[in-house]
Amino acid sequence: MKRDPIYGTMAEFDTPQALIDAAKRTHEAGYKKIDAYSPFPIEGLAEEIGFHFNEVPLVVLIGGIIGGLTGYVMQYWMSAVDYPLNIGGKPPHSWPAFVVITFEMTILNVPRFAFASKDRFFLIVFSSDKKYHRAETRQFLESLAPRSVSEVPS
Amino acid sequence: MDEQYKTAVDPERAPVIEPGHTFGTVTEKISAIVLTRPASNGWFLGFGIAFMLTMMLLYSIGYLFLKGIGIWGVNIPVGWGFAIVNFVWWIGIGHAGTLISAILLLLRQSWRNSINRFAEAMTLFAVACAGVFPAIHIGRPWLAYWLFPYPNTMKVWPQFRSPLIWDVFAVSTYATISALFWFIGLVPDLATLRDRAENRWAKLIYGMLSMGWRGSARHWHRYETMYLLLAGLATPLVLSVHTVVSFDFAVGIVPGWHTTIFPPYFVAGAIYSGFAMVLMLAIPIRKIYGLEDFITERHLQNSAKVMLATGLIVAYGYGIEAFMGWYGGDRYDTFTLWNRLHGPYAVPYWMLLICNIFIPQVLWIRRLRTSPGALFFVSGVILVGMWLERFIIVVVSLHRDFLTSSWGMYYPTRWDWMTYIGTIGMFLALMFLFLRILPAISIFEMRTLLPEAEVKAE
Repeated sequence: MKRDPIYGTMAEFDTPQALIDAAKRTHEAGYKKIDAYSPFPIEGLAEEIGFHFNEVPLVVLIGGIIGGLTGYVMQYWMSAVDYPLNIGGKPPHSWPAFVVITFEMTILNVPRFAFASKDRFFLIVFSSDKKYHRAETRQFLESLAPRSVSEVPS
Repeated sequence: MDEQYKTAVDPERAPVIEPGHTFGTVTEKISAIVLTRPASNGWFLGFGIAFMLTMMLLYSIGYLFLKGIGIWGVNIPVGWGFAIVNFVWWIGIGHAGTLISAILLLLRQSWRNSINRFAEAMTLFAVACAGVFPAIHIGRPWLAYWLFPYPNTMKVWPQFRSPLIWDVFAVSTYATISALFWFIGLVPDLATLRDRAENRWAKLIYGMLSMGWRGSARHWHRYETMYLLLAGLATPLVLSVHTVVSFDFAVGIVPGWHTTIFPPYFVAGAIYSGFAMVLMLAIPIRKIYGLEDFITERHLQNSAKVMLATGLIVAYGYGIEAFMGWYGGDRYDTFTLWNRLHGPYAVPYWMLLICNIFIPQVLWIRRLRTSPGALFFVSGVILVGMWLERFIIVVVSLHRDFLTSSWGMYYPTRWDWMTYIGTIGMFLALMFLFLRILPAISIFEMRTLLPEAEVKAE
């Protein structure tokens, strides 16, 4: 497959407000494959570029449930099934004593995944966007009053 | 953002950031400490001393492994000496870092943004120092892995009904989550350093550590969710870790230990000593690196108020302990109370009351809350007091056993002291290194505090 020589067209802005307005107008103009870069999180920016679905909370929830279950089942199996020992007359399955480790395993097992850095704000329209047209897109971005517009080679 | 902006310019209170800074100057000022500023002689001197103390720690641990724990002052009836005292002290100090980074984040206390990074680093290093002690205390440290449940040829498992095993899980979870939280907080700043570093190796290393961070809106969106969730997870840890540590005592039937006040009073004491350590580090750091614009009077005041509040909770804990010793009617508890006040360890007990309860009351005075020198002094006093508290809990309860025939005394040896002072050296050495290779203040969170960062809501 022939690779597009251009990765996208990028506009540069001075303030977070300008970026967020530009992102909104670009999205409204029908560009879908866009992204914005900023040196700190800007509230509402992700929504403006049409990014709504966030899988992080779900992954965390599943990780926590798996961790907690593992912690409890591990203690149950080791103390009550595999090698029951009578310690101080406590039942082999002494659930109150198992709470602490279950809790710790819940927290621990939350998956350890991880996923423009100074003072400017950028907005890019990727060349893979259906509506992307080299000249037109450039013209459109220029209409947003950026500091500059440039093409990003791939 | 709105609230943050308002608190930042509220004329009634000292600002979180001094006025006049922009995105560029904030970035410049913080990253310069790491990237361009040469290491001063003072840094080399401080690091050198700390490094030598670390070597002393290694030496005393080496000798311990050679000879066994007979070189320490522990013996029956006091089987838990300095090792446990220091372990609890260090773990407690770590708590302030987690409180600042997690709980204050959830409570939207934006002033925390300038101290959370090094407070988290402090947590990690304090937990590292704490972790040394149980490992070397068990007598046969090469078998420390027996604490973890792993399939073995003896076919036995750890004793899950024991608080000491709970502690293994609590502390290892705490260390992992603290490290993760710290690293995730660092990623955007590592990207800043990557983009600003001149040195090829620095660029490469910061580049690898920043894991391809570009600051895209998608990154930030996921990042913020992730960070909030981690904070939510770390929040119960602030309360749970020292609670589990207090179970090590409270679950036993030793007089002076077997009480339900222990968990809350341990947690409050942990935060108390933690904030004292934060101030003892922040005051010299802001002075030496000229960060008074970012770590302002406001931070000092707020930390002092937290110390005052948690200190009063601790005082309440002491009061309840004494009250229950008298009111409970158990003769051993009554004796423990009497023994604390008048026994052979009465001097450390009264010093503890002076350090933890009486002297910190000067923080009610506003002028002292804003004076770095006075705060530094009071923080030092609190750290000493909190160390004495753990000494009293561990030693005074143990040295008078139920039968007078098994009474004894505990005297720390020079190896006990060398190991303890050695961990302080290790802590400081790690802190010195941290200051030079990572941004000590979170750059991107500082940017969000600037008025320019504000965007109008739709």
